[in-house]
Amino acid sequence: MSTNGWETVIGLEVHCELATETKLFCGCPNDFGAEPNTYVCPVCLGLPGSLPVLNERAVEFALRVGEALHCDVAEESIFHRKNYFYPDMPKNYQISQYDEPVCGNGWLAVPGPDGTGRRIGIERAHLEEDTGKTSHVGGGGGRIHGADHSLVDYNRAGIPLLEIVSKPDLRSPEEARAYVAELRGVLEAIGVSDVKMEEGSLRVDANISLRPAGAEKLGTRSEIKNMNSLRSLGRALEYEAERQAEVLESGGAVIQETRHWDEEAGRTYSLRSKEESHDYRYFPEPDLVPVKPSAEWRDQVRAAMPELPAARKARLMDAWGIADVDAGVLVGTPGLADYAEAAVDAAEAAGAPASGRDVANWVTGDLMAHLKESGAAPSSLALSPAGLAELVKLVGDGTLSRSLAKEVLAAALAGESNGSPAAIVADRGLAQVSDEGALAAAVHAVLDAHPAEVDRYRTGEDKDRKKLRGFFMGKVMAEMKGRGNPQVLNRLLDDALPTNS
Amino acid sequence: MTPDGLAGRTAVELAELVRGGDVSAVEVTDAHLARIEALDGEVRSFLCLAGDTARAAAAEVDSARARGDELGPLAGVPVAVKDMFCTHDLPTTAGSRILEGWRPPYDSTVVARLRAAGAVVIGKTNLDEFAMGSSNENSGFFPTANPWDTTRVPGGSSGGSAAAVAARFAPLAVGTDTGGSIRQPAALCGVVGMRPTYGRVSRYGIVAYASSLDQAGPFATNVADTALLLEAMWGYDPMDSTSIPSEPEPALARLEDGVAGLRVGLVEELADVEGIQPEVRAAVDSARNLFEKAGATVEVVSLPSVEYGLSAYYIIAPAEASSNLARYDGVRYGLRAEAPPGEGYDVAAMNALTREQGFGAEVKRRIMLGTYALSAGYYDAYYGQAQRVRTLIIRDFTRAYERFDVLLAPTSPTTAFELGSKTSDPLAMYLSDVCTIPTNLTGATAISVPAGLDTAGLPIGVQVLAPALGEAVLLRAARALEAGFAFTARPKLKEVAA
Repeated sequence: MSTNGWETVIGLEVHCELATETKLFCGCPNDFGAEPNTYVCPVCLGLPGSLPVLNERAVEFALRVGEALHCDVAEESIFHRKNYFYPDMPKNYQISQYDEPVCGNGWLAVPGPDGTGRRIGIERAHLEEDTGKTSHVGGGGGRIHGADHSLVDYNRAGIPLLEIVSKPDLRSPEEARAYVAELRGVLEAIGVSDVKMEEGSLRVDANISLRPAGAEKLGTRSEIKNMNSLRSLGRALEYEAERQAEVLESGGAVIQETRHWDEEAGRTYSLRSKEESHDYRYFPEPDLVPVKPSAEWRDQVRAAMPELPAARKARLMDAWGIADVDAGVLVGTPGLADYAEAAVDAAEAAGAPASGRDVANWVTGDLMAHLKESGAAPSSLALSPAGLAELVKLVGDGTLSRSLAKEVLAAALAGESNGSPAAIVADRGLAQVSDEGALAAAVHAVLDAHPAEVDRYRTGEDKDRKKLRGFFMGKVMAEMKGRGNPQVLNRLLDDALPTNS
Repeated sequence: MTPDGLAGRTAVELAELVRGGDVSAVEVTDAHLARIEALDGEVRSFLCLAGDTARAAAAEVDSARARGDELGPLAGVPVAVKDMFCTHDLPTTAGSRILEGWRPPYDSTVVARLRAAGAVVIGKTNLDEFAMGSSNENSGFFPTANPWDTTRVPGGSSGGSAAAVAARFAPLAVGTDTGGSIRQPAALCGVVGMRPTYGRVSRYGIVAYASSLDQAGPFATNVADTALLLEAMWGYDPMDSTSIPSEPEPALARLEDGVAGLRVGLVEELADVEGIQPEVRAAVDSARNLFEKAGATVEVVSLPSVEYGLSAYYIIAPAEASSNLARYDGVRYGLRAEAPPGEGYDVAAMNALTREQGFGAEVKRRIMLGTYALSAGYYDAYYGQAQRVRTLIIRDFTRAYERFDVLLAPTSPTTAFELGSKTSDPLAMYLSDVCTIPTNLTGATAISVPAGLDTAGLPIGVQVLAPALGEAVLLRAARALEAGFAFTARPKLKEVAA
């Protein structure tokens, strides 16, 4: 993107919480939402004498990410200590990989708006431990300065993070969003994280700078923090690109600094704090030994790699005959493609195969709208994939009209009748009537009751006839309490109505 | 048997007496507690006595015996523990005011293993603050005196453990050795002190000073007791990533195998180190003669890079310490400095004031040194260079061990010095570890054995060094020297009101 002749250059640092059972260096549970300071032990509290022991599962997850992002996986990588004082850091140093990370030099193909896409370089992916969480109470508006007191919860301390650093290859806020969406899909597909940006299991910091279009040399960058959704990432980067353009165009210089995104105010602001000029005094962590994944282990990880989103998208488009945009929604929304494929599988298992296209239509349409509105995850819906398969079958065999099916879907999502469409149809008495005898009786009853209208129909202009036909159809449907099969009714009505004379 | 007869016996003897039912573990514990109460007033080797918990542990040993349970190798034997080891039932201070009163929620692996072997933890011994020092004068609480001459230092940093064993307050003690902190005080107090191979004994639960150099080890009055204690401490621990997974080769059983044919190298640069006391130098020659008499061959060997060991050590150890000690910030445990009168007391100010009040001068000095050495722009010139020197020293030793099974050197250039004589000159103090530091830098093993007394009646120690995992041959060589020196003198203690 260029703003008034400026080219935007963006690099992203994505912190991904790895979904291991236990923390990175101890046996405490890696879990979200427990009572403060209950998932702690001497190691993650950094008590005197405690020592870290590396979680092998976290390394395996890093190896998976390395595979998925086409990285060079280091035969030997090491941990460093990053030294700085902060109350939520139990040891006042963070154990993190530094100049010898587990993964380096890879790429991720990011789809572009025109269906093509670009390879975005991955600089590195390294393991590190998370810090605790501090809440500042009173005084300073939630910030440490001026607070009356602070509370620290160390449940998060020591949770494994993988920091995935892109090269400065992204050229617009839109592309940055697409990169994170694609990366999120990859991390989800390979099962290493629950990728919830809102809960902080995926955190994105952005480095952004401008340079004159066509220039080689990078401009001075600012680092933007505190963006907790794809939307806020896009907004923050757009704001910051415009801010930097204004600074540069008014003859000023961009300051290299960290800026905080304020979601409500819709702007970034400088932290302007002394805390920024850190010398972290990195040195190799003497309490850990080098990580040396064996060739066998790496082969096993490679062999067990699941299908990645790009491949899955191509497969679904091909197998189900669905559009690029719909396949993109399925694969790009956490859990959605799994849900749709589970519904197709359930239909097959129930002996009533459903077309992937029909399932995808429901999933990307009504279901997606519900997810957006409710913020729910597909896996937690009251309507199970098997339930959706049931709904598709009810429409397919003529039991439900499309408009009634939408009603049933909404009821199932609301949890009515245990989310079972068949049960809802039964409980509400919604089954569509296709019995020709019953429908014909209704048609004739309506025509017999409106002889004047039938007469006008016989002699009327085309325009009036059309209107009258709609009138008869409405009456018949009302007679059938909305459950008449519309196709059959249309045919019966045409047969019963007199021809023009 | 009189209590006084029990305090003064070896660990091997006490373990046999308890196992055989000749005495109860409670009697053994009471005898040692009584001796400490009577005589530690002048030495001041303990920061905290276990008392009731020790008696309870001893009573448990006696019940286990009464039940007919199999007893551990150290059942009923009192052990004094340097206050660097976490103990769930006793305060752990690392000799620092910043941890005063802190009670860990867990036992270090070493203490847990000692307890599992039936040992009775009798108390926590004094030390230089965070094990930084060579005289115990850097203790945040009080200095310990040398039992041989209470106007002199016991050495350090494990001075309390060395003094306690020398005074027969316990037959055994454990310490930590980062630059010589077991061997140097053992030499100055006339006892045996050993530093095992890095990774042979778990560091889990030992307050960290310099993580790549720290290693726990045993003190005893003799080599057999040293081996007995070592075998109860060592072995793989999954809680310490740097722990060595292989099974240790038994040491105690091979102790009397002799040294016939053993190839001994006398390290020229250490034997003739600048400032060496002539009587210490003479003791090294005596050791050489004893080895030869016992059938070993001795040749002089040169390790030219060891002269840089002290400099490398005083970069690496402070660098690691500056990071290890960052956690003492007043937030979670230990000392928290109260707000001074006036404005502006925030977390950063609390951290700073707590550290200012809680740490002593030497600890602050090393934190400053280490912080500087790791700073951007200086890292390579200091920390990087020190690591390269370390590699050179390792190479020198590797080459020497192609020709020799063990090496011989003094433990400390001098015998115990006067309290206060070096406190104002840190460099002079640092020099007392010049002969022990190379073993820490190479991650190998070494032991100090008493070699007699100097003309002032102060103990002299000689040092035997072996390659990594060479504990069995090291102890066998030490036993041969011990038999040759036949050192039987004991310090005479006065009763002083504590």
